[in-house]
Amino acid sequence: MDLNIQIPSNCLSTTKLVMTIKAITKLMIIRQFTLHFNKLHFLIYRLQKPNNLLRSTTFSMALSRRSSGILLNSTSLLHRHLSTTTTITVETNLPFTGHNCEPPSTSITTTPTELMKFFTDMAIMRRMEIAADSLYKSKLIRGFCHLYDGQEAVSIGMEAAITKNDCIITAYRDHCLYIGRGGTLLESFGELMGRKAGCSNGKGGSMHFYKKDACFYGGHGIVGAQVPLGCGLAFAQKYRKEEYVTFAMYGDGAANQGQIFEALNMAALWDLPAVFVCENNHYGMGTAEWKSAKSPAYYKRGDYVPGLKVDGMDAFAVKQACKFAKEHVLKNGPIILEMDTYRYHGHSMSDPGSTYRTRDEISGIRQERDPIERIRKLILANDLATEKELKDIEKQVRKDVDEAVAQAKESPMPDESELFTNVYRKGFGVESYGADKKELRTTLP
Amino acid sequence: MASIFQGIGAATSISSSASFDTMKLQFSSPRSISGKKANCVVMRSGGAKMDSGSSRNGGRADQLVTNAVAAKADTPAASTASKPGHELLLFEALREGLEEEMERDARVCVMGEDVGHYGGSYKVTRGLAEKYGDLRVLDTPIAENSFTGMGIGAAMTGLRPIIEGMNMGFLLLAFNQISNNCGMLHYTSGGQFKIPVVIRGPGGVGRQLGAEHSQRLESYFQSIPGIQMVACSTPYNAKGLMKAAIRSDNPVILFEHVLLYNLKERIPDEEYVLNLEEAEMVRPGEHVTILTYSRMRYHVMQAAKTLVNKGYDPEVIDIRSLKPFDLYTIGNSIKKTHRVLIVEECMRTGGIGASLTAAITENFHDYLDAPIMCLSSQDVPTPYAGTLEEWTVVQPPQIVAAVEQLCR
Repeated sequence: MDLNIQIPSNCLSTTKLVMTIKAITKLMIIRQFTLHFNKLHFLIYRLQKPNNLLRSTTFSMALSRRSSGILLNSTSLLHRHLSTTTTITVETNLPFTGHNCEPPSTSITTTPTELMKFFTDMAIMRRMEIAADSLYKSKLIRGFCHLYDGQEAVSIGMEAAITKNDCIITAYRDHCLYIGRGGTLLESFGELMGRKAGCSNGKGGSMHFYKKDACFYGGHGIVGAQVPLGCGLAFAQKYRKEEYVTFAMYGDGAANQGQIFEALNMAALWDLPAVFVCENNHYGMGTAEWKSAKSPAYYKRGDYVPGLKVDGMDAFAVKQACKFAKEHVLKNGPIILEMDTYRYHGHSMSDPGSTYRTRDEISGIRQERDPIERIRKLILANDLATEKELKDIEKQVRKDVDEAVAQAKESPMPDESELFTNVYRKGFGVESYGADKKELRTTLP
Repeated sequence: MASIFQGIGAATSISSSASFDTMKLQFSSPRSISGKKANCVVMRSGGAKMDSGSSRNGGRADQLVTNAVAAKADTPAASTASKPGHELLLFEALREGLEEEMERDARVCVMGEDVGHYGGSYKVTRGLAEKYGDLRVLDTPIAENSFTGMGIGAAMTGLRPIIEGMNMGFLLLAFNQISNNCGMLHYTSGGQFKIPVVIRGPGGVGRQLGAEHSQRLESYFQSIPGIQMVACSTPYNAKGLMKAAIRSDNPVILFEHVLLYNLKERIPDEEYVLNLEEAEMVRPGEHVTILTYSRMRYHVMQAAKTLVNKGYDPEVIDIRSLKPFDLYTIGNSIKKTHRVLIVEECMRTGGIGASLTAAITENFHDYLDAPIMCLSSQDVPTPYAGTLEEWTVVQPPQIVAAVEQLCR
């Protein structure tokens, strides 16, 4: 059969082209072993993920499987040959609103594979958050658990527009962003339940997911404190003269923190490649936007820093905005993106989410603006899959999530000795070396 | 210290009291110079002690004790030309250490208020911006929380920033960043990120600077897990500790003192790096162990003069490493003298002395012949009036009285 390996719409650089060619050769070798039609789709699908192509020097399939193995089964259910040559033009629901900048165009091109990827990835994220909800209620996840369902489009759209060398840093609503950056479900559930299999070995918890090799810098509990860190990431990128950007994300509640303005000032002063992303879900824990902010136009708060207001429930609008922001920032310094989004759950699992807003509001948004529904409609309208196929994908996703949960449950708790590891870099606390580390000087009690 | 180069000949000039054994003037511990590399020597921090009044060992900071603060070195005529090393002031020593590290590693950068073109409010970074450029020696706006956060974020990607607080007290605004992000990120990320920052700045009680500019933050920062704290007190250890702090992969808070910046001392020409976790034996002795750090070292040495004349033989240790404590050196000293006096500039409540007292009691209780005495500053905001300010901090007569009581 012919291999329609199209350069995915979000892969433009020559390195990716080279990697894609490498992928094709590898594919041809694999073809000899996998004649099944569906497996091929998953491989084509896999090529869409620039993260694995960019990162794996040895192009180990194991690496890519680890981070997206769950997708193996999902797309194999798609019995249809996905054309990878056609492009689909999508219009965003709402126009962009710019502040001190020209908003980008509202028509975005995409491919069928990208659409299916959006659907599957968002289904995984949605399913993961729902599973976390029930795990929390059965007391396997303790402490704080902030769920991202409803806001998946922000993560998906952002990932579609950037590479794994661009940095993302966010606050505590980080589970889905971690998955978007290439984290596995097992690591995610493992960390939530405090097991060894977790991404931070169980020592961080829900609010401390990090993935260094994918430039995902967390995962922070104190509201707003991550934005100056994001400034630092951008500073390092500028210092090293890298052509990458940092997306520093915060919420509408955090937008009132002084450190955000301090960070904006510094980023603008030194032209740091920082994109400030305000995920405006309209409620800062229990306080509505209008009750906490005199000016809820968060994209305008930069004053001299340009801003863009984006419909955060529309993955393509987010993708377009992030692409625009990345180009803008590499030339002109920081920009603020305000993502108008919504969370279905409460602020965290201890918040029912209905004391400060009506159930009608929540269900209304679910009906009209749900990000997954929008992609589903696009898929059906473009005849890329039938209803049943999409439902099958969701079922498979559910199964994969359940498997990951079961696997995570079996993972052991960290050992007692782990209490003292990674406090200091060199295992200090037990031995003390001189600066040259040659002589063991002291063994402290 | 510098004496290592100058030989132990000075021993003969000691005219001290009874139990002073000349053997002691050999290195105070068998673990002297270790691990010589081709171009870098790690020095055991201790050194021979000389009786501060009588010996003239060329510009040692001990001799400036009379003022306990920045004073001109009254070097004797003979000492300048023939001696190895070079003389400089403490802030120059810091700058030398900083410059050598910036030369050595391109990832080292400095950020703080007025560090660039102004040259640093205490001249520690003077000349560096012209040499290394505006991005490496970054003038920040007055936003401690954010630029500390920025430094920490940059460190997460592999840079090694040195964050300067113009006065340590201003870093209270950055406490969240220092505690939560700086100290804890290595742990909560499961070891993925290291934060090799150095946070430095002058603190301590100065000359009538007022309450808010005379803060001692070592007591506030000491419980933060994941950080190391060191306090420098002489040009020699200032340079060594600065270099060690920059090379360390852990976040290090380097406490300087406003009144010590103009201390002059002769330091070696060769490159040297000190150990961050080690205490310094300032004066070996027999009767009582006096633990101190930063400016109080000079008050203690001044009191030591009086004590020696009265017939006591105090052992003075500059603990230098505030977190963790060098319990090895301290413990060995306690096992010898059985009496401990802690002299610090921190407040009484919850200060370094309080933690040190607890650590010593837990570990060396059996060796103590008397309860540990701890002399600290009063638990009051530092007043402006000169006389009141003097009474806030520990003065040499109080130290003498405490030793007399302890050795009764």
